[in-house]
Amino acid sequence: MAAYLKTEDLAVGYNGQPLIRDICFSLEKGKVLTLIGPNGAGKSTILKTLTRQLSALHGAVWLDGRALRDWAPRPLAQRMAVLLTDRVRPELMTCAEVVAMGRYPYTGLLGRLSEADAAMVDRALALVHAQELAGRDFATLSDGQRQRVLLARALCQEPEILVLDEPTAYLDIRHKIELLELLRKLAREQKLTVLLSLHELDLAVKSSALLLCVQGDKIAAFGPPEQILSEELIQQLYGLGPGAYNPLFGSVELAGPAGDPKVFVVAGGGCGIPCYRALQKQGLPFATGILFENDIDCQVARSLTGAVVTAPAFEPMGPDQYAQAAALLERCELVLDAGGPIGSLNHLNQRLLDLAREKQIPVRRAQR
Amino acid sequence: MNRPKLHAARLSDPGRFVLVMILLAGLLAAGLVLNANIGSVPIPPGQVFRLVWQSLRCGAANLLTGGKYAEELSQILWGSTESQILFGIRLPRLLLAAVLGGALSVSGYLLQVFFRNPIAGPFVLGISSGAKMVVGITLIFLAPALGPLNPLSLVLAAFAGSLVITAFVLLFSQTVRSMSMLLVIGIMVGYLCGAVTDFCITFATEYQVVNLTNWAMGSFSGANWETVRTALALCLPGTAAAMLLSKPISAYALGEGYAQSMGVRIKPFRVALILLSSLLSACVTALAGPISFVGIAVPHITRSLLKSSRPLFVLPAVFLSGAVFCVFCDLIARTVFSPTELAIGTVTSAFGAPVVIWMMVQRRRAQEG
Repeated sequence: MAAYLKTEDLAVGYNGQPLIRDICFSLEKGKVLTLIGPNGAGKSTILKTLTRQLSALHGAVWLDGRALRDWAPRPLAQRMAVLLTDRVRPELMTCAEVVAMGRYPYTGLLGRLSEADAAMVDRALALVHAQELAGRDFATLSDGQRQRVLLARALCQEPEILVLDEPTAYLDIRHKIELLELLRKLAREQKLTVLLSLHELDLAVKSSALLLCVQGDKIAAFGPPEQILSEELIQQLYGLGPGAYNPLFGSVELAGPAGDPKVFVVAGGGCGIPCYRALQKQGLPFATGILFENDIDCQVARSLTGAVVTAPAFEPMGPDQYAQAAALLERCELVLDAGGPIGSLNHLNQRLLDLAREKQIPVRRAQR
Repeated sequence: MNRPKLHAARLSDPGRFVLVMILLAGLLAAGLVLNANIGSVPIPPGQVFRLVWQSLRCGAANLLTGGKYAEELSQILWGSTESQILFGIRLPRLLLAAVLGGALSVSGYLLQVFFRNPIAGPFVLGISSGAKMVVGITLIFLAPALGPLNPLSLVLAAFAGSLVITAFVLLFSQTVRSMSMLLVIGIMVGYLCGAVTDFCITFATEYQVVNLTNWAMGSFSGANWETVRTALALCLPGTAAAMLLSKPISAYALGEGYAQSMGVRIKPFRVALILLSSLLSACVTALAGPISFVGIAVPHITRSLLKSSRPLFVLPAVFLSGAVFCVFCDLIARTVFSPTELAIGTVTSAFGAPVVIWMMVQRRRAQEG
């Protein structure tokens, strides 16, 4: 399938100074491409160049088989709509009027709306669940409502490609999810091509077919998230320490407390995670075990501490792991019983608790 | 059959627009009649109507028959003291006040669109002062060489002055993003132009000074049919051209980025805004002198009346309310301390400046709230 949007050796920047060079990617119709990268990496600069707000400094951009710079404004506006980060403050305009601006490339000299145009305004408002805002003054809306109305404006333009610069800023979690769901639905059902930049790494990974990782002066990676994303890439992209990003969950962790473990958590089956987080917030370094390698606790524990005793999955725990855990436990001042299930495969965890009592180390049961 | 109504009600309120336009037209008619009526020689409204009606009928007949009624027409126009005062002085003056008031308001509105700020206006940005400076130089240094100047050449001089100052202000607006700084620059530029004008006046002859001072204070008293024709010929097409820009103006309200993405050619659009705004304010400055605050106060009052910012509604309403505002201000300037006339700027400032202050306070409150 031919690419709908394609760049070749594109260089972007301000005032003739290239900021990012050698941008090459292609995007098929109906696909979602997300730009990720740290603040100031140039995501907005790329998007501005692709929407012709900035001119390309080098290379070429192709839209629908034609060089981007050859498109006349009106036909381009009938194909490409944008959602920008610009603060919009029109005075005395209702939301319906703002959305109706999206009909600009279709209306005549004086911008009169036809019946079909007006129906499109209603449809666009309904798509973002903002019908009840239609008559409200745009200036009185909350930031999140504004964002939805502006998205309706972009959809009202009936674009083939939608370019969104950080559309989830100002939105609460529910509206973030709704927005990304809507974009995916439009991409799937109406073959809308979507190009957006996101700050939320987890949402980017889960919502897009393709990722473009923008890092300072270059593109760090481009491709489907499951192929390109690794812990190393994310660490390098955002300059993070180890353990901060979990590629399996696509989630982000804050740094674990540093130092020799002071608390030993006997965990398993997901019960340990609240304990780890509580200890992390109080800045208490901890050790934990014995966890099967496929245990959900294990994933989080590895992000937060180096002192994790693990056992191969689907096998009974062995004396080696017990000895390792016992050595860590004896050096701790407190033992936390996370209250996980203990059965025949992990009964050594019960032995660990007994050992603590024997050695007169206080054992606390985690409160649920 | 229910659906169209639903959309229309949401998008705009033509009912309110029509109401406001009727109100403004009524006010304008009242202002025109009052202006024709009141003065050192009062002419009763009935006689005003009769004279105007007769002259119109006779004029039309004269045109259709190819000049057969010329004598009768001149009898109606200049036959009595009243008709001489009405057709020679009051009628051109009130028409000039109406047209230029409308033009000045539209000029201010276009500048507000351009700077996306409601306190922009030809006067506060120093554009009127620039026009005044060039007109002053023309009157003092070129008029003796070229002989008496017609209104059109004065307008051209003022237009040149407006464009020079606008270019200057724009140059700064590239680097100065904050609006308050831009206003300070505008006011300073205004003073600078004032200084140059004063400097020129020092070297002018006494006769020129009298002429210049009268003009520089701002007044519609210099009106005659030639100035009215010039004003009409420039201001009406100018306003009509502004109406044609109403679609991009409404898109521009969402910001440059969005406007561009919807297909507005930003650069030609901005140039058109500046040229039109300068042309309209240059007309006013050349024909009636610098008039302050109309350009800011009138568009604000109009928007508040309309409760809408649709340019297609706002522009004609702005023109009409500008006409009403200036006709009444001129009436006050002419009659309150009669026979002494006030400068029109004195009256417009007295009414316009409080409106601007009120608007700023209101906006501040809205931003905090």
